Amino acid sequence: MKLSLTEEQEMLRKTARDFLADKCPRAFVRQMEESEKGYSTELWQEMAELGWIGLAFPERYGGGGMGFVDLAVLLEEMGRACLPGPFFSTVVLGGLPILDVGNEEQKQEYLPKLIRGERKFTLALTEPGYQNYDASSVTVEAVPDGGRYIIKGTKLFVPDAHIADYVLCVARRKPENGIAIFVVDARSPQINYTLLKSIGGDKLCEVVFDHVPVPEAAVLGQPGQGWSVVQKMIERAAVAKCCQTVGNIQRVLEMTVDYAKERKQFDRPIGSFQVIQHYCADMATDVDGARFIAYQAAWMLSKGLPCTKEVAMAKVWMSEASQRVMDSAHQIHGAIGVSMEHDLHFHTRRAKAAELAFGGASFYREAVAREMGL
Amino acid sequence: MDFGFTEEQNRFRQEVRGFLEDEIQKGFWEPACDAWIQGFDPAFTKRVAERGWIGLIWPREYGGQGRSHIDRLILTEEMLRYGAPAACHWFADRQVGGAILSFGSEELKREFLPRIAGGEAFFGLGMSEPGAGSDLASLRTRATEDGDYYVINGQKTWTSCAYFAHYFDVYARTDPEAPKHRGISEFIVDARSPGLSRIPMTDITGTEAWSDLFFDNVRVHKKYLIGEKNRGFYQVLHQLDYERSGLERIMGNYPLFEAIVQFSKEHKLSCDPDVRSKLAQLRIEFEVGRLLGYRVTCVMEEGRTPNWESAMSKAYSTEFEKRLANVAMEILGPYGQLMPGSRLVPLRGMAPHSYLGSKGYSLQAGTTEILKNILAARGLGLPGS
Repeated sequence: MKLSLTEEQEMLRKTARDFLADKCPRAFVRQMEESEKGYSTELWQEMAELGWIGLAFPERYGGGGMGFVDLAVLLEEMGRACLPGPFFSTVVLGGLPILDVGNEEQKQEYLPKLIRGERKFTLALTEPGYQNYDASSVTVEAVPDGGRYIIKGTKLFVPDAHIADYVLCVARRKPENGIAIFVVDARSPQINYTLLKSIGGDKLCEVVFDHVPVPEAAVLGQPGQGWSVVQKMIERAAVAKCCQTVGNIQRVLEMTVDYAKERKQFDRPIGSFQVIQHYCADMATDVDGARFIAYQAAWMLSKGLPCTKEVAMAKVWMSEASQRVMDSAHQIHGAIGVSMEHDLHFHTRRAKAAELAFGGASFYREAVAREMGL
Repeated sequence: MDFGFTEEQNRFRQEVRGFLEDEIQKGFWEPACDAWIQGFDPAFTKRVAERGWIGLIWPREYGGQGRSHIDRLILTEEMLRYGAPAACHWFADRQVGGAILSFGSEELKREFLPRIAGGEAFFGLGMSEPGAGSDLASLRTRATEDGDYYVINGQKTWTSCAYFAHYFDVYARTDPEAPKHRGISEFIVDARSPGLSRIPMTDITGTEAWSDLFFDNVRVHKKYLIGEKNRGFYQVLHQLDYERSGLERIMGNYPLFEAIVQFSKEHKLSCDPDVRSKLAQLRIEFEVGRLLGYRVTCVMEEGRTPNWESAMSKAYSTEFEKRLANVAMEILGPYGQLMPGSRLVPLRGMAPHSYLGSKGYSLQAGTTEILKNILAARGLGLPGS
């Protein structure tokens, strides 16, 4: 047991922090939020060259051969920097599921290009009326049609679909009605995208599959693997989101403590008032708890250990702790913190979006209850 | 990062569990909440000592085993999980032995550590006084030099384990002229010393939990001064860091947690969404507390004294224990109010015992307010008020 980063992970963290401090200042984040595309192709290419996109993929596909905990370190730094763009969708929602579920041909076809930054991916999972992350909520259909499938239906909250090259679409394969994942060419003329305006400033889309034809070979892996592979994708995405949020709220804690040291009222720094000190102490406890519980889940995922309960515990804690941290941060920052001039809102909005992504606290609390045998 | 244990560590955990399950099976004791501080069983302590499990991390030359902090974490985690009656040796094993190792003379190490490790020397603490709680540096008990001796006069309070203790670790003022932090020294005082008397106090659970200690010209040989004269306050801060370093607070009531989950399953209460949600939330909060506690162990394993890390862990965990007791009593409904020994009492009355006991957890070994001050000042670098 060792709850600190390895030397290699420390180096990765430092490199990532320095790079993002330089390339991803808040002015850039603001600009990306306002743009339709939501990312910079130059930065994307630089990240590919740094080996970040391929970090957690095997070397035989051109990846860095590192593990999910290493990726977690990188995600934490990205969360800290509020990095916009399709890293999460391409790597976590696209690439790693292909690595897990895809057959060798699919891996050879998609992964090297993904790793080089030449192709971007995303995942179309949730739908209108979607309540929970379970199989019954999937209604988009894939109907066989002479050696191919026709996909029809609407997906919601698909990140970066408007700039993706491929969409992994979770659908019901007819006539068996089982769940399958299809790799769909995102530029197909039968796919329509509409950008949604979301609190996190990220690019979530409504995606309409209007009778999209796909070849049989577009089924990721074996048909009939069903919901369990999707569930694993969701678990990994939830943990990855937690790791981003750790970076987000760690930065918020630091900003808040710095502000409390500088801001003077009644002729003294407000951080010398015990009530402010105790808010900060509570924030630090929430952040450290979040870090350990998120990394524990990431570590178990990286070891291939069963961790449904640990993932669920991490997501519940993260969802609620991040909101407590943001509440205190705003209270301590005072009015400047609720202005668009200050940087705090970038963090507030992203923390809220992350809380809701891939299942919120109630959903995962029930998962914990089930895992406890209740 | 590595959240796993080695095979050897897992074997050790199994060995400890095997020992404790065997003890329970033989009917030597019943698992109980707070047994680490209220379960006095000299025979149990002796059996633990025979396995080399007291002073596990101390050097072999002083009767220890030279094992890692992680091994000690495993040992104490299992003791707490099973609610084992470890109070006779807990204080000496956790903190007084370490204080002697860090600051004591070679003579003191040789005199006390092997006997603590052998389960033969039990310690209580003489820190708080009626007028010195959170502001410990204002303590007034005096130790004045008289030839080869110090003569101690004054009163200590909230001393746990006093009935069983052979010795007390006592802090007294040796220089009343110096600033209050710089005139305190630490002594080992024999509990049978002439002039030392004790009045027991009953806590809110009805347990004889503490004693007031009265020192009336108690003579202590100078060789029983631990560390440097007048450096006692700095030594006590160090010792308190270790006092808060374990899993006692997150796991002190673990038998209740396990029992209420089991009870809810058996009585189908866990079909109620509210009960499910509350128990799951406790499980999550427990996990966070466990990890904050593990972090403290990792800090010690790196050779550092945990400071704000143990303050964070303790402050967090005492709040967890309050919620645990509240949830357990709510689930039990009107039966939740039945005290140990009552007709119809569920779960041996652990729930109301924990509920009442938990009011003190966030006071002892540093109040939550003091702990948050430490975390803010030392962990986050916020300015003094």
